[in-house]
Amino acid sequence: MLDTNQKSLVVIQLSGGNDAMNTIVPYTNGIYHDSRSAIHLTESEVIDINGSLGFHPEMGEIKKLWDSNNVAVINGIGYPVPNRSHFRSMDIWHTAESESIAPDGWLGRTIREIDPSHNNVVTAVNFGRGLPRALVCKDVPVASVGDLETYGLMPDIKGKDQRENALNYFSRMYGPNQGRDAILDALSENGVSAMIGADILSGANSKYSSSVEYADNPISNNLKDIAKVIFADIGTKIYYAQHGSFDTHAGELFNHAKLWKELSDAVGDFYRDLKEHGRENDVTVLLFSEFGRRIEDNGSGTDHGSGGVAFVLGGSVEGGFYGEQPSLEISEQVEGDMKYNNDFRSTYATLLDQWLGIDSVPILGKNFEQFSFIKKG
Amino acid sequence: MSDKNILLMAHLMRRAGFGASKDDLIEISKRSYEAQVDLILDSEPKYEVSKHLMHRYQPDYGSPMGNSSNGASWLYKMIWSDSPFKEKISLFWHGIFATGYAKLANGIVLHDQIKMFSKLGLGNYRNLLIELSKDPAMIIWLDNCESRKGAINENYGRELLELFSMGTGNYTEKDIKEAARAFTGWTIANKEYMTEKSQRDSVWPYGRLAMHFEYKEEDHDNDEKIFLGEKGNFNGEDIIDIICKQKATSRFIARHMYSFFVEDEPPVPEWPYKEPNNPEAIDALSEVYFNSGYNIKEMLRFLFKSDFFKTEKVWNKRVKSPIELVAGTLRLTKEFYRPEKFQSATNSQTSFMGQHAMNPPSVEGWHWGTEWLDSGTVVERVNFSSSKLGNINNSGIRKIIDNVRAKTNEIYSPEILIDLLLEELGEIIVSQNTKETLIDFAESRLKDKELLTDENLSELLKLVGAMPEYQRA
Repeated sequence: MLDTNQKSLVVIQLSGGNDAMNTIVPYTNGIYHDSRSAIHLTESEVIDINGSLGFHPEMGEIKKLWDSNNVAVINGIGYPVPNRSHFRSMDIWHTAESESIAPDGWLGRTIREIDPSHNNVVTAVNFGRGLPRALVCKDVPVASVGDLETYGLMPDIKGKDQRENALNYFSRMYGPNQGRDAILDALSENGVSAMIGADILSGANSKYSSSVEYADNPISNNLKDIAKVIFADIGTKIYYAQHGSFDTHAGELFNHAKLWKELSDAVGDFYRDLKEHGRENDVTVLLFSEFGRRIEDNGSGTDHGSGGVAFVLGGSVEGGFYGEQPSLEISEQVEGDMKYNNDFRSTYATLLDQWLGIDSVPILGKNFEQFSFIKKG
Repeated sequence: MSDKNILLMAHLMRRAGFGASKDDLIEISKRSYEAQVDLILDSEPKYEVSKHLMHRYQPDYGSPMGNSSNGASWLYKMIWSDSPFKEKISLFWHGIFATGYAKLANGIVLHDQIKMFSKLGLGNYRNLLIELSKDPAMIIWLDNCESRKGAINENYGRELLELFSMGTGNYTEKDIKEAARAFTGWTIANKEYMTEKSQRDSVWPYGRLAMHFEYKEEDHDNDEKIFLGEKGNFNGEDIIDIICKQKATSRFIARHMYSFFVEDEPPVPEWPYKEPNNPEAIDALSEVYFNSGYNIKEMLRFLFKSDFFKTEKVWNKRVKSPIELVAGTLRLTKEFYRPEKFQSATNSQTSFMGQHAMNPPSVEGWHWGTEWLDSGTVVERVNFSSSKLGNINNSGIRKIIDNVRAKTNEIYSPEILIDLLLEELGEIIVSQNTKETLIDFAESRLKDKELLTDENLSELLKLVGAMPEYQRA
């Protein structure tokens, strides 16, 4: 069994609603071709998996991981009563609450469980600006990093010496102080922990070395930054990044291909990097999107639907299909969409209980049936 | 140190607006304090920020899809309106009646709601609550469109009492149900179609449409109700009449006002368990509420002219909300003369800091005060204000630098420089520790008058923007 302390979870949000049907493609199904007259993928294009389903042609790197049994494909993932608004549906995935509007996120609650007394200001690191609701929770500090190389306070100040100098003055202003009140206390405490966080993270940046050459696009940059933080062993348990936009109402064939090429290649590079550093079994990656898209295309793309696909990848993942591939028969459709057959919170529960070793019930509000995509022992 | 009157005016402008520069304060101080309060409350904007202007720069302004441009255009008004108080009032009500895009997936109804706040937000509280109950965004946000005779949805009835008027502990679960019964039939026209349209959420034409209120007699429960001890065949208006008569309502609104305009109160969920910071002030405001016939403007007139508002004890006793921080800073730097594309990017700064306009985290709205601050948001806040103040190309900062140079013509020292700069930025009062730190920096970089270069002043301004006091109002 691995040392629990080294395990971490990387969550990548596919924003905008990834078209599940053109990701895990039922390429032998007549209904697929009939419904997708404009934007279907053919047998010769897809990367075959089992004679009836195939990966999107640009998912070659993910297919390699699949071949080494490290990719769990969760078909038909969703929740009861699908909502086709991006915002509401993303909110449901973020808060793990499908009926009412919840104040905090499932990962925020997880971080609070992991580090209730905030001993580590970098227990969770978000790559991107502004916290996704998934990471929000009262009194839970999360560093939001746009770019690891420039992350920190007052990045506008150029020149290493000048910046260090300014930060000295900054820490004097935020340091022990006379005539304090609650507001100054809060400012000081958070200002100082921001400085500590920035300091720790900049160390991660400077220590990194690797032979892997990532592509230069946002998701590759994010995964490279995540690798840097993982190798620095600063106790980060949760990483978050976003990729998109998958809102392919128009021009889907081109856009969807570009998005998956970037993501699949980035994931491939990330795993090579983890392997090079002997860490491929310490990290599990979740890829999710707020919903799938309609079965029938609209002439150049697809509109919002339900019943999506999620992926869990990593050295500790037991690869294979989980959930069922939803039937495309008209009688099985929900208002023209694929019907979900497994609740996304089952995937969350599996990751919490079996991967992070945290009781999922208090975080998700109840007990969800779990998958077995995490390797035992 | 400037005279007391200017300092008091600076306090007033931070609270009844988004702050004012020294130049503005000198103009304002030609009037008496009382006259300035009346002017803020009673004057209409000389020129409204025109919607044609907004449309030119942001074509989806006020459109169903326009969530981010609606936020951006609101921010633009906060920066450039000659009566920022109007926007401040909308912001006040948006904090209480927080309604969000996440559930509505429709920008125009939110845009209309904010406009309604700015139109009615200083009037009679009864009217405001009635309009709120007819507001399409609110009707969907709290599911009143799902409520009909025999099958009530309590959501609006509950939040009307808990979040919008009385606060928990002042009514029973039965009262909630009775209120919900009275509001049955208050819905939006063509609801099924509208809901479907919102859910499809498509960029294709007619993906979303504006909505409007409709009263459906056939869904209304006209039977007898007993609400807060009164009996009758109440409709929604009657419920609001009864609510407005309650002492609890007057105190609830008074406490919200005190928290927003005077000093941070704890977040609302703690109110039943924690005494107000200043119980006498709440009593006095609650009295004005009744004496003025539930008039919001008169409550605020009383508030701004009260000793409990004017006292130095409450100066800077609020953490700026992200929107206040961003709007106040941009008013000072005078960036974005026109609502350009980049301005909408600046709007997203407030969400990086935890306040996404028209998209609150929950029906409770945002928790304010020190809850704005965490290690992530402090980085965003400090970096924003530091980089904006340090950008000497903006005309507002340029003017401040010119003023500082002119005023140090005769006599110069690093201390004088720091005092002047803090005055010019709107009479910011800082701790001894901060002041000494800034003076030390000035000693090292700007010891002599000859060193007042743009570059050095920019570095100093970056540090001033990063100081803890800048985060307070």
